Amino acid sequence: MLIVYGGEEMEFFQAILNMSASSLAQHFVNGFSLGSLYALIAIGYTMVYGILLMINFAHADIVMMACYFAFFGITVFHIPWYLTFVGVIIATAILGVVIERTAYRPLREAPKNSVLISAIGASFLLENLANYLFSGRPLSFPDIPLLSQNIAIGEVQIQAICLVIPVMTFLSLAVLLHIVNHTKTGMAMRAVSKDYEIARVMGVNIDRVISTTFIIGSALAAIGAFMWGVRYPGITPYLGVMPGLKCFIAAVIGGIGNIKGAVLGGFILGLGEIFIVAFFPQLSGYRDAFAFIVLIIILFYKPTGLLGVKTTEKV
Amino acid sequence: MKLKKVMSVLLASAVMLGALTGCGGDKKEAAKSDTIKVGVFLPLTGDNAAGGELELRGIKLANKLHPTVLNKKVELVVADNKSDKAESASVAARLIEKDKVVTLIGTYGSSLAMAAGNIVKEAKVPAIGTSCTNPQVTANNDYYFRACFIDPFQGTVMANYAYKNGARKVAIVQEVSNDYSVGLAKFFKEAFIKLTNDPDAIIDIANYQTGDKDFTAILTNLKAKNPDAVFAPGNFTESALLIKQAHQLGITVPFMGGDTWETQEFIDVGGKDVEGAVMSTAFDREKASTEEAQKFLKAYTDEYKAEPSALSAMAYDAYLIAIDGIKRANSVEPQKIRDAIATTKDLEAVTGKTTLDKNGDAEKAAVIKVVKEGKFKYLDFVDAK
Amino acid sequence: MKNKRDILLTVAGLVVLFGAACYAQFEMGSYVRRIINLCLIYAIIGLSMNLTNGFAGQFSLGQAGFMAVGAYVVGIFTVPVELRPNVFYAEPMNPLIADIQMPLWLAQLVGGLLSALIAFLIGWPVLRLRGDYLAIATLGFSEIIRIVITNAQSWTNGALGIKDIPALNDVRYIFIATAITFLFVTCLINSSYGRAFKAIREDEIAAEAMGVGLFKHKCMAFMISAFFAGIGGGLYATLLGTVDPKNFLFTLTYNFLLIIVLGGMGSITGSMLGSIIVTAGLEYLRVFDEPLELFGMAIPLFRPGFRMVIFSVLLMACVLFWRKGIMGTNEFTWEKFMAFCKNPVKYFTQKGAN
Repeated sequence: MLIVYGGEEMEFFQAILNMSASSLAQHFVNGFSLGSLYALIAIGYTMVYGILLMINFAHADIVMMACYFAFFGITVFHIPWYLTFVGVIIATAILGVVIERTAYRPLREAPKNSVLISAIGASFLLENLANYLFSGRPLSFPDIPLLSQNIAIGEVQIQAICLVIPVMTFLSLAVLLHIVNHTKTGMAMRAVSKDYEIARVMGVNIDRVISTTFIIGSALAAIGAFMWGVRYPGITPYLGVMPGLKCFIAAVIGGIGNIKGAVLGGFILGLGEIFIVAFFPQLSGYRDAFAFIVLIIILFYKPTGLLGVKTTEKV
Repeated sequence: MKLKKVMSVLLASAVMLGALTGCGGDKKEAAKSDTIKVGVFLPLTGDNAAGGELELRGIKLANKLHPTVLNKKVELVVADNKSDKAESASVAARLIEKDKVVTLIGTYGSSLAMAAGNIVKEAKVPAIGTSCTNPQVTANNDYYFRACFIDPFQGTVMANYAYKNGARKVAIVQEVSNDYSVGLAKFFKEAFIKLTNDPDAIIDIANYQTGDKDFTAILTNLKAKNPDAVFAPGNFTESALLIKQAHQLGITVPFMGGDTWETQEFIDVGGKDVEGAVMSTAFDREKASTEEAQKFLKAYTDEYKAEPSALSAMAYDAYLIAIDGIKRANSVEPQKIRDAIATTKDLEAVTGKTTLDKNGDAEKAAVIKVVKEGKFKYLDFVDAK
Repeated sequence: MKNKRDILLTVAGLVVLFGAACYAQFEMGSYVRRIINLCLIYAIIGLSMNLTNGFAGQFSLGQAGFMAVGAYVVGIFTVPVELRPNVFYAEPMNPLIADIQMPLWLAQLVGGLLSALIAFLIGWPVLRLRGDYLAIATLGFSEIIRIVITNAQSWTNGALGIKDIPALNDVRYIFIATAITFLFVTCLINSSYGRAFKAIREDEIAAEAMGVGLFKHKCMAFMISAFFAGIGGGLYATLLGTVDPKNFLFTLTYNFLLIIVLGGMGSITGSMLGSIIVTAGLEYLRVFDEPLELFGMAIPLFRPGFRMVIFSVLLMACVLFWRKGIMGTNEFTWEKFMAFCKNPVKYFTQKGAN
């Protein structure tokens, strides 16, 4: 259906009128939980970008690896899920630092495009490695009844995890904002992000700041992965690709480098995706295009994103 | 600087080494006249790896039970097409030209088979599809055959089943980027409208993309329309998640799908939520009528300690068709084998007596199965006509 | 191309290569021809990508989308009309295009032009962006193109794909297409436009200050790149004889990224070399996917998927340790070639001294 037909607006209003309150509420709950999941992962992108000015393409695949870690922890080694949760966070943080050391640190002085290619390479390597090690067959994310149970409020059905995800997102947001704004490490981070050279001259240990950034970003990825796994329990080597792109877009929409912006962007995307299908059911096949279209519109009108600050390129 | 040079030299030599070993492989080919080479190309990695692996099991088992033809040993040359079309084409060409196989078997995934279609046509080497159900695979191609039924038949079977069990308003959820799903959905829709005599019998067609994880939006829409049943053919991972989320949203009507669902992963990922999901497939223990089927069942459970899936059975049959063709052609010349395969009639195969029609498609009965207590259970049987 | 001698030599070189192509066409099996053709097609697309990424310095990841446009135009318009009801069996083809059939070269040209037109439309909002933003936006557009193709069933047959595209496994035809691309890009790069591209790559602000029209030149590079990607996509479609939207996932673009990184960002001959090494290399690396037996023992390391691990390690290693690639921004010139022929040892020692 390439041709957009004229009656669309009519149908739009009809769709709203026909939609019962419970359906609307259900859509809202769906969108909210998807959005908070996007937000959680988007924070990781925005943090790395804020400091290093590069897209950490591998972030999505770190999420994917974290899902596999969780699978091995719970299903293979039978570790209780809460302990696995902690273990996964640690393992993923280590993975993040390893990637930073091997793929990004050697290129710190290199042109930006090389770093970008290296990031794409790292992402591609992780995917292929997972494909090779764990085979392309989907694994099932372990079921955690406490989190996967259903709660009914009136006619609206909510999975317990959908209540946990937003809490996690806002908790992470609060902790992060505290770290960035009120600790010494955070101050160093802000300094590096403002001006890399000056920060170094002023005695900031750049390597340590960047490593910390990666630890925090990857830990968030691990939390996101865990939530993702419980909510959508099929694990494949390519599971991170699409969500990764969307979360990066969320970060850009909100203003890259801005943590609150990433959360805002995540919610815009999550709710937008759900409501576009809710109101225009005939467009359900185009759902994935939504994120990209929003991205391009935002970049066109406000290249720095909704909450971003305007910077001028130094000559 | 020095390190970089050393690294680059190492890198270059690694590539060279790879190239050399690649060339070295050719020597093996010194064609031993006491073997007949049969090429197998399947997706062993990538999206379709699960299906490819099951089919490889079937083919290997068939080779084990029927290791010789014309008093020569049959050697399988297995290649991975990575669930990728360009790869599938070049793998098929490689098997034909480099490995000099006389027949090809494969593949899971119709688009992968179609990519190889031109190659076998050009090289005049017959190919036997295992579970590529798109009608286009064998259409206008005299060298492609298949051991499975085709999408129109499968869609019609499920429409009949739905109608027979009292469904009058059905919603369709299709994986719009998957040819298999789109094909099944279309034929289901046509057959169901005909059966019910109601042009509005299909109350909703919703789309999703391969790899999607969140289906809550389309499902919430669907719930409001209150269908009697949902027809949702597609990849097993996505389908399992779809059904899971449907249950979470309180949708309790039965879900129906096609033969792709019949993999362990569907149950692993879907858990108790996929209980009651109904699908059409080609084979079941209950309907194992032929002797070959009994042999297959026993050998399969001995070898892999698991219940065989229809995919393995169909791949096994594809091998049988190939061997039968070679035997009746009494030759290893691909053209003669092709002519023999085209006249396959009443071959004793696992999924019943197999006859190939003028398009090269197997006329097959369909079995309808349901997920019960974490297992695929026989439910119903639909004849080929 | 500085003087008459170089031009003559280049022409002679191309003629010799064309002779080789003819030889390959008649003497080699279709498997080898297929690999050669794939190398040539990848060379066209690699070159097109190098034009934006290497020469104009605009990091675009949209190649797969532009290829898709070219491939689909060829797919839609070259399938014989009488076969179309068979191909479009699920939903009949849109009557607007159902009866239009074109010869391959025309369909290719149309595909290329349509690609370029789309590039122009995309370029408007996107080319104002830089670096990462541009990368992600172009990637997004290539995905949008794919999603539209998937959903526009009466035009493209959606996920069912198009079959029965007249197959072309002809080395000569594809060689000529590659040669034309090569000559065109070479001339372009050596013209004032090419110098403007490089100026933008080195420093946008300085270039603008020197009077180089940023948008005009960026857009031009982007459109020409899309044009050739479309041509390459069309050839790809005829080589396979079938297209479907899943061919053009954005991961396809990574292949070309490796080609230009390996060959050298900003080197025409580098891209050619890169495409040959990557395509033929991937074919030979296939041995890693097969179980290897050494002294009667199966080595579990080699199993399906290992080849792609090596492929990605190669990409990483290339960026990390060998950022310039094979050629850097240098080109193959006859002068260097002669110097090498005269005295290979001296050539390298001199180079080392530099």
